[in-house]
Amino acid sequence: MAGTVTLSHFLSLGAILFALAVIGIFLNRRNLIVLLMAIELMLLAVNLNFVAFSHYLGDMDGQVFVFFILTVAAAESAIGLAILVVLFRNRESINVQELDSLKG
Amino acid sequence: MDTTTALFYVFSAVLLGAAFGVITARSTVHGALYLVLAFFSAACVWMLLKAEFLAIALVLVYVGAVMVLFLFVVMMLDINTDSLRQNFWRHFPLAGLVGALIALEMTLVLRGGFDLALAKPLSAAELKLGNTKLLGIEVYTNYLYPLQLAAVLLLVAIIAAIALTLRERKDSRHLDASQQVRAKKADRVRLVKMAAVIEQPSAPAAPPAPEKS
Repeated sequence: MAGTVTLSHFLSLGAILFALAVIGIFLNRRNLIVLLMAIELMLLAVNLNFVAFSHYLGDMDGQVFVFFILTVAAAESAIGLAILVVLFRNRESINVQELDSLKG
Repeated sequence: MDTTTALFYVFSAVLLGAAFGVITARSTVHGALYLVLAFFSAACVWMLLKAEFLAIALVLVYVGAVMVLFLFVVMMLDINTDSLRQNFWRHFPLAGLVGALIALEMTLVLRGGFDLALAKPLSAAELKLGNTKLLGIEVYTNYLYPLQLAAVLLLVAIIAAIALTLRERKDSRHLDASQQVRAKKADRVRLVKMAAVIEQPSAPAAPPAPEKS
C-alpha cells in the first residue's frame, strides 16, 4: 500500500465520503438544513471522483464537468435555502416530520 | 512514503473527520463550520490532483458564498435543535449498514482497476500551459454552449430565490409609483352641486329654567 497514491486511493476516499453523507441523511432525518449539508457532501464526493479520473486519464473533460456541477450545486443550494426560509416563515419549524400537509 | 502520499493521508483524514462532524454536530452552526473544513480539505486533495483552478473555485464559491449563505440561514432561523435530535441514534444500525454497504460496493467495483494504460497522459506542451488555461480552452471551445446554459441557469436561480423570499411587508409605508402615475384629476377632486346654505344667526341661549324649590 505504501508508495505513490493511485487512482484507487482517491476513489475509495470518494466512496467513504459518499457513504458518510448517506449515513448523515439517515441520522438527521428531521433537520432539513443538515439534510441539505449532507447532499452537498455527496456532491463533493462525486466531484472528487471526477477530478481523480480526469487526472489519471489525462482528460480535461472531467474537470469541465466538475465546473458545471459546482454551478448547478450553487444554484440548488441557493434555491433550497430560499424555500427553507419561506417554509420556516410559514410553519415556524424545519422538522421534516411536521411537514405533512400534503399527506391525505 | 513520499510527501504526496503523506499529504494525501493527512487531507483525507481531515476531510473524513470533518464530514463525520457535519453529520453528528450537536448544533447546526457547528455542522456548517465543519462543512467549511470539509470543503477546504477537499480543495487541498484536488490540489494534489493538479486541479488548481477547481480547488480555488471550490474555496471561493463554496466557502466564500454557499457556506456563508448556509450560516446566514442557520443563524437567522430560530431552530430548536433539541427537538430535532430526539432518537438521533435510533436508526444508526441501519444507516451504518447501508453506508458500509455503499462504501464496500463502490470500493469493490472501483478497485477492480481501470485500463489506465490505454489513456494517454497530458503531453508536455499541454502540461506547460497549466491547468487553468487548459480548462479555459476546453470550456470556451468545446463547451461554449453548456457554459451559456449554465449562465442562464444561474440567472434563473437568482430570480427564483428572490421571488421566493420576497414578501410585501404590511408594516411598511411606501408609495406605489404606478398607482400614482395612473391617478387622474377626477379621482381626487369631486365637484358637487348643492343648494346654497344661508347661515342663520344663532339663537340666543335659552334662559335657565327657574329652579324649583
